[in-house]
Amino acid sequence: MSPDDALVPLTYDPTELDRSLAGWRRTLLDGYRWMLLARALDRRMLGLQRQGRVGFYGAATGQEAVSVGAALALTPDDWVFPGLREQLIALVRGHPLPTYVHHLFATDLDPARGRQMPCHPTARDVRYVSMSSVIGTQITQGVGLAYALKAKRQPGAVLAFFGDGATSANDFHAGLNLAGVWRTPVLFCCTNNQWAISQPVERQTGVRELAQKAAAYGLPGRRVDGTDLIAVYREVRDALARIRSGAGPEMLEFLLYRMTAHSSSDDPTRYQAADWMSRAAARDPVPRVERFLLDTGLLTEEARGRLAEEVDREVRAAVAEAEAAPPPDPASLFQDVFASASPGSFGR
Amino acid sequence: MADATTSSGAASSSIPADLAAETLPSLYRTMVLARVMDERCLSLQRQGRIGFYVPLQGQEAAQVACAWALDAADWVFPAYRELGVALVRGVPVKLLLDQFIGNSGDEMKGRQMPNHYGYRRFKFVTASSPVGTQISHAVGTAMAARRRGDAICTIAFFGDGTTSSNDFHAGLNFAGVYRAPTLFFCQNNQWAISLPRERQTASETLAMKASAYGFPGVVVDGTDVHAVYRVVREARRRALAGEGPTLIEAQVYRLGPHSTSDDPRRYRSDAELAQWKERDPIARLKHELLTLGLVTEESDQKVWEAAKELVGAALKEAEATAPVDPRTMFDDVFARPTPALEEQRRAMDGLLKEGVVRP
Amino acid sequence: MVQAINRAMFEAMRADPNVLVLGEDVGVNGGVFRATEGLQKEFGPDRVLDTPLSETGIVGTAVGMALYGLKPVAEIQFVDFIYPAFDQIVSEIAKFRYRSGGQYPCHVVIRSPYGGGIKGGLYHSQSPEAYFAHTAGLKVVIPSTPADAKGLLLSAIFDDDPVLFLEPKRIYRAVTGEVPDGDHRVQIGQAATVRPGSDVSVFAYGAMMPPALQAAETLAAEGISAEVVDLRSLVPLDEAAVLASVEKTGRAVIVHEAPRFCGFGAELSAILAEKALYSLKAPVVRVTGYDTPFPYALESLYLPGADRIAHAVRATARAA
Ligand SMILES: Cc1ncc(C[n+]2csc(CCOP(=O)(O)OP(=O)(O)O)c2C)c(N)n1
Ligand SMILES: Cc1ncc(C[n+]2csc(CCOP(=O)(O)OP(=O)(O)O)c2C)c(N)n1
Ligand SMILES: [Mg+2]
Ligand SMILES: [Mg+2]
Repeated sequence: MSPDDALVPLTYDPTELDRSLAGWRRTLLDGYRWMLLARALDRRMLGLQRQGRVGFYGAATGQEAVSVGAALALTPDDWVFPGLREQLIALVRGHPLPTYVHHLFATDLDPARGRQMPCHPTARDVRYVSMSSVIGTQITQGVGLAYALKAKRQPGAVLAFFGDGATSANDFHAGLNLAGVWRTPVLFCCTNNQWAISQPVERQTGVRELAQKAAAYGLPGRRVDGTDLIAVYREVRDALARIRSGAGPEMLEFLLYRMTAHSSSDDPTRYQAADWMSRAAARDPVPRVERFLLDTGLLTEEARGRLAEEVDREVRAAVAEAEAAPPPDPASLFQDVFASASPGSFGR
Repeated sequence: MADATTSSGAASSSIPADLAAETLPSLYRTMVLARVMDERCLSLQRQGRIGFYVPLQGQEAAQVACAWALDAADWVFPAYRELGVALVRGVPVKLLLDQFIGNSGDEMKGRQMPNHYGYRRFKFVTASSPVGTQISHAVGTAMAARRRGDAICTIAFFGDGTTSSNDFHAGLNFAGVYRAPTLFFCQNNQWAISLPRERQTASETLAMKASAYGFPGVVVDGTDVHAVYRVVREARRRALAGEGPTLIEAQVYRLGPHSTSDDPRRYRSDAELAQWKERDPIARLKHELLTLGLVTEESDQKVWEAAKELVGAALKEAEATAPVDPRTMFDDVFARPTPALEEQRRAMDGLLKEGVVRP
Repeated sequence: MVQAINRAMFEAMRADPNVLVLGEDVGVNGGVFRATEGLQKEFGPDRVLDTPLSETGIVGTAVGMALYGLKPVAEIQFVDFIYPAFDQIVSEIAKFRYRSGGQYPCHVVIRSPYGGGIKGGLYHSQSPEAYFAHTAGLKVVIPSTPADAKGLLLSAIFDDDPVLFLEPKRIYRAVTGEVPDGDHRVQIGQAATVRPGSDVSVFAYGAMMPPALQAAETLAAEGISAEVVDLRSLVPLDEAAVLASVEKTGRAVIVHEAPRFCGFGAELSAILAEKALYSLKAPVVRVTGYDTPFPYALESLYLPGADRIAHAVRATARAA
């Protein structure tokens, strides 16, 4: 059996697709292209990391359908509080790839002046909020921003992302509880890739479906196949429509397979079963959508090859540009601690 | 409460299935003692004889019946309102009053505010003020006990407000993962200071929060000693049988202020209070005892008088107990004072001797 | 003082619809110290939020509100209960501007009563300013008079940076004084030389100011002239004022109620050692809480009082 035969086909409602095939065609092809780009970037960056040309890299291989499907379902008014692996959302929403790669290489052209580890970008241009490495803290922050949206009567909603491990964090509890009490326009997106570094999700919590946790806060929760671009897109779109109409916050659990090490510093052979990757491969979101596109004639073999080459070129160009860029100006070390340099001993 | 300890702390695993009629009077006496002590302490605080006090009125049945269903070997992790539990565990009234006063008889050595006590020999762990922290402690102790092969459970007491705390989440989650023999006893007294239960969380019940952690949650009428006892006993059985933890939501009402620093009229209606006063757990049990012929109005009078006498005598003793020795301030920071602490102790001693400072 | 703080919040909320107050019991109940009394009545429950019991949630959501341009003023009921929010303060608030290259400033004000003297035992008495002053990117302000409380709080609310505003609860009501009406601001980062003197500099802040001033008064009668400086803001610190005072007097006593070891006095002493050593005529002395948890029954011995301060100043003045 070739890996392709084992592929789990996408689930979709043919009548829904047929009715507006033109719209879907754009969405799916767009999404597919972004997924290819993400994969190319992950591959390239992991290679560069092994060569020591970047210090660290956290791949999102296997999780592309969530970022892409969610990003495509957003409007520009919406805000994203990313977890560890949602950088792709910023790109799909229009943050330039070269700028992101400047961040990965911590150059002077990184909007955050190389202050954060790779894969912690800030992209205010696309309402993508700066993240810390601390698990979970963005969840309460997203609820707060959603509260502000409501208070200021602004359109838009908040997507707060976090992993399965993060459901054990303080801010998960506080964030979902406050959202339930305040009924803020927020969609909690749990990317359950079944691992928190080496801890399997069965040992993360006593409950089988993480989506069940929503009920403890009076919220609806649903589990979604997070490797199915169509399913993700549809579920996020529909949930956001409900949230925008004032129906209150919700939680979606995206079931995923982490298809790489936790990060470039991790060795999963120490803790993962030997068949993990083959099980994951059957639900690899990229070939799954690719197979669908080819089968339905939305994509031709020829177009596929062309897209793959295109994204590869883009990634190479961005990397070349960043590698040629200077490191941050030393003076920037002292900027942005406060709005302005303060009196006292600071900065002298 | 000698009779309380003997009846609850008898042979392990022989906790009776139901509250037998014969035990009811002694359970009732403990509830009355808690109420009497509570009222006395509120007035002591008004008179400035103790600095602060947290009353438990309205929660006696939940606390006393719950503690009754435990074994003396079980570990109790209280919050600051668990006087009823302390009495059932056998903590002498005088010792509690010493703590409220903060004198040299206080086993906390005058270091904690009133109501923040703990007694190792009664397996009643010292409380702190930050809410919820005891919940994860209880889980850790349960895991340790199981590792050691001890057939006991631990129990964490906390309020409705505390379900929002970090340690509630962490504690219940760990208990679910490790199937810790822990009971989570939430006294939902409807208020977290001025925040009503329905503004605390959007979940329908507090008990159902257990489902987020993969174990059962039960709601029980916390003014009904029988119901509380049965629920706790079953949860304890489950814990010891390796079936994992249970969250119990005992629905009660805080009849008094949050603490002596609080004025509940600022945030809740007299009508609500009056409604709950009708469900006063002590009156409820008394009614049952009268019906069963286990007390008469006359003998009940004596129960109250005996409790008042007991508290009065203990208070007299406690107030005659010497204040704490200032030099103890530097003990117990570490197992042995560091040289720096010894130096600070000497410096303070010097200031005392020179009369620069007074105790 | 607590009224001045209350006034400042009224003024700020009237002046700017983006200002919002959240915390436990701050609405209907007006705060357990009544600092937020009346606010919910005037501004409604959507601008004065009674939150569930979660400091993590209070501060974490305040961050998100600030990112969207609201000016949240979060109350932590007692600073002893700030630790569930420590993560949000230290990892998030203090670092947001920096880590985002200035794109996401995070202007949250956290008000919290701190300090001993109210018979609060271990958990209603602590003075944890040093933990926070040690955190880059966070301003730490502590008023000691009603006028400063109002002026500094207004400045904090309209500052561009996050501010931890610690309120000496022991003198919430004990210290009274004139409070200017209207938009009275006191600039953050300026110390106040409250009592000029020539023999010894006494540096204090918050609830230690009244005993420091009382000690100076006692010493004046003995012919010792103590200069009392109220730091008012620990971050940013008015280093110039500290150095100027010691250059004049040549002697320094530092007072705080927090434990001595790694307390804020350690930083002040280090600055004096680095930048004023040649002006010093005597060793720097610290009068502080002891290195023990905060005790209940013995709090009056634990807390520096006027007598202990005077004793230390006297010894410093006489040291050769
Ligand atoms: C508070 C905190 N604790 C520990 C870590 C170290 N850490 C980084 S990622 C991670 C696992 C996160 O798992 P999950 O939430 O499932 O996200 P995933 O990595 O699977 O996307 C841990 C433990 C951290 N970053 N923050
Ligand atoms: C972490 C923390 N935050 C705030 C407080 C202040 N506080 C003391 S008790 C209390 C309310 C607790 O409510 P609940 O859990 O329902 O218990 P109850 O007092 O009703 O028994 C609050 C907010 C605290 N002690 N700890
Ligand atoms: Mg994970
Ligand atoms: Mg309560």
